[in-house]
Amino acid sequence: MGIIETDKLTFEYIRRDEDGNVEGITRAVDEVDLDISQGDFIAILGHNGSGKSTLAKHMNAILTPTEGVIWVDGRDTREEEEVWEIRQTAGMVFQNPDNQIIGQVVEEDVGFGPENMGVPTKEIWERVKESLKAVGMYEFRKYSPNKLSGGQKQRVSIAGVLAMHPKCIVLDEPTAMLDPNGRREVIRAVRALNDVENVTVILITHYMEEIIHADKVFVMDGGRIAMQGTPREIFSDVERIKELRLDVPQVTLLAHELQKRGIDMPDGILSIEELVNEIMKRSKPCQ
Amino acid sequence: MSIILDHVSHVYGNDTTLAVKALDDVSLVIPDGQFIGLIGHTGSGKSTFVQHLNGLIKATDGHIYFNGQDIDDKDFDKRKLRSKVGLVFQYPEHQLFEEDVFKDVCFGPKNLGLSRQETELRAYEALKKVGLPDECFYQSPFDLSGGQKRRAAIAGVLAMKPEVLILDEPTAGLDPKGREEILSQIVKLKEESQITIILVSHSMEDVAEYVERILVMNHGKIVYDDVPGEVFKHYKNLEEMGLAAPQVTYIMHKLKAKGLDVDENATTIKEAADMIARALRG
Amino acid sequence: MLRDITLGQYYQAESVIHRLDSRVKLAGTVIYIISLFCFKNIWGYLCAALFLAVVIRLSKVPFKFMIKGMRSIIFLLLITVIFNLFLTPGETVVAVWKLKITKEGIRTASFMAIRLSMLIIGSSVMTLTTTPNHLTDGLEKAMRPLKALRFPVHEIAMMMSIALRFIPILLEETDKIMKAQIARGADFENGNLLKRAKALVPLLVPLFISAFRRANDLAMAMEARCYRGGEGRTKMKPLVYKKRDAAAYVVLLAYLAGSIAIGRFLF
Repeated sequence: MGIIETDKLTFEYIRRDEDGNVEGITRAVDEVDLDISQGDFIAILGHNGSGKSTLAKHMNAILTPTEGVIWVDGRDTREEEEVWEIRQTAGMVFQNPDNQIIGQVVEEDVGFGPENMGVPTKEIWERVKESLKAVGMYEFRKYSPNKLSGGQKQRVSIAGVLAMHPKCIVLDEPTAMLDPNGRREVIRAVRALNDVENVTVILITHYMEEIIHADKVFVMDGGRIAMQGTPREIFSDVERIKELRLDVPQVTLLAHELQKRGIDMPDGILSIEELVNEIMKRSKPCQ
Repeated sequence: MSIILDHVSHVYGNDTTLAVKALDDVSLVIPDGQFIGLIGHTGSGKSTFVQHLNGLIKATDGHIYFNGQDIDDKDFDKRKLRSKVGLVFQYPEHQLFEEDVFKDVCFGPKNLGLSRQETELRAYEALKKVGLPDECFYQSPFDLSGGQKRRAAIAGVLAMKPEVLILDEPTAGLDPKGREEILSQIVKLKEESQITIILVSHSMEDVAEYVERILVMNHGKIVYDDVPGEVFKHYKNLEEMGLAAPQVTYIMHKLKAKGLDVDENATTIKEAADMIARALRG
Repeated sequence: MLRDITLGQYYQAESVIHRLDSRVKLAGTVIYIISLFCFKNIWGYLCAALFLAVVIRLSKVPFKFMIKGMRSIIFLLLITVIFNLFLTPGETVVAVWKLKITKEGIRTASFMAIRLSMLIIGSSVMTLTTTPNHLTDGLEKAMRPLKALRFPVHEIAMMMSIALRFIPILLEETDKIMKAQIARGADFENGNLLKRAKALVPLLVPLFISAFRRANDLAMAMEARCYRGGEGRTKMKPLVYKKRDAAAYVVLLAYLAGSIAIGRFLF
């Protein structure tokens, strides 16, 4: 069994008007089947309202399914006594860097999770130290969070989850509010966790360049999984991605435009080097 | 009709030891009707810069002239300036407060002291310009989607009929669809009226396709001020400033270096694709 | 630049006083205040002033920071002095029209002024040498006995520390919304009281909405990190008394006994 597995996971919420009368029912997640293995780097894409955040909140038992089941490390999230174990297994990082830091000093914030879990004081210090080192924020441990940049704050949030020693970390659009530098910092930290610590990563985003290194990509639309596969497989179908109202990296788009102009290019090109090499292969040899 | 900045500097906390120079000797002319992209990473001074243009922040040194008048003159009407130079802040939807979208858009023109009829006419026009569907007009702004909220907030500034419209990161935090909608509305707005637009962004790719002039800021200084193609030539320096040129620029430079006959100044995908196709066919 | 405001006016320095357990400093402040209200003669106040001077010297905080706290109460101080000066009955010294200044009046007024100033300076020693976190931690632990009475000690301490974290963020947000509304022609500075109050609506509504959104986000983030109240929680930085804290208690008690003996009974 995988670290996260779902069986026809469905989540509905009831819309009400001002007087509290039921206006309708919205299916935010619609019969989703997932099976994620320990150590994978998973990316979930989709435009706003596609259900990706709702799905993410199920992995941390913040929401529980209306129908279907989700197991986190074999635990059914509907079992109330399992909730704390589940939250410890699958940590969560949210979008707004300001609204998830509790401590007034970086190190105290990272210690918040372990404190809640009842970890002995001495061990909390060890965990805080190693977590901050893992995201490259150790030298900022005495800083006030208010003095940090957006990217640094998000790295502190990741360290805060890491200190709980999770098997899996779910990041719900962690870079949406950051500038390009901040985005790079955060993605680098997340990849390091996956590579070095073998933490399962579930990254929810709408920035295409962030998913290039994922093992597997799910694209959501209307609460369902519309596409899945390796990044290369996903990017092979430029028209379909556009249909799902998502971005395509410029490299992939350029290759696609070349195809349209009658030049034979392989599908799903992801990096600049790859594209340049493919183009040069097709150019006439210089004299 | 233009904005002229003459050696403008701004220092925060001048009287303390922690003085920070947010703007450092900026001189430039913003003529009527230009479409300008202002690029810089967080903390480069972009926000301070644009807040000078409508008098929200006063320069600690230098002068700013709006249509020939010094905006710091005692008899200069700053409120009038603010209606002529419209500033849309980052995440502008956070300033919405009225019970319905229409009333909120009326806030600006009402503050200008216009008649009720004129106010409502302007609000209606502004909402049309940002392409918000009619059924949203009388909804609570808080019931709209993220992209719609943002467009309503932009309409709130447009309703003041500014001659210069400054948008600070208008696409921040939106999904690709929302980003594209906002950007295409801005482009349409530019095409339909003779308004000057300054688009503040940290994304070169968003800006490159549309603007005719790019200003790059770093440490409070204007480092580059040129057409996009010329600015992207300095892609290595841009990288050192924590900015990156569009991917296309990198691809074209690499191809050129490998001996393919292309112009490295191509800034859009279509231009680049045409050029590469031509070069490959010989 | 609102982010640079430090709340609770903490002054960073390396000193014995800074290192003391916050509970000692809380208790010390209380003891000091009690002593001030027990004195009946000038010698007691001299004794208290001497003690305060030594503590300030040890804390390495420049004296001008202590005085800063006085500014906010100068008005209160003046009123107290004037009332006491004119309204205390007794032996008349000077009489102007219907107002009389009595010998007793002068005495009470000057004692009152000394007492209040020393009280303010004394408590600012605590706030200047203790970070807000330590203060909340200290309060939480000091109030622990109240828990038996179902008083939500942990919750209040948690609320205080979250408030301290979010006040600078909300201040900055206020500044931003204010500027955005000014850019739309809002006027916060002119007009009569009613007009100005009305002008605050476009500022306060977005601010409240933002505060609630943040509160909502924060609650979710806290739950996701296994927060479930004070039960079963451990502390990263537990408050543990050290030798110097015990010594400080001894000094404090000695001061209390000594100063009261001098200030009340000796002369």
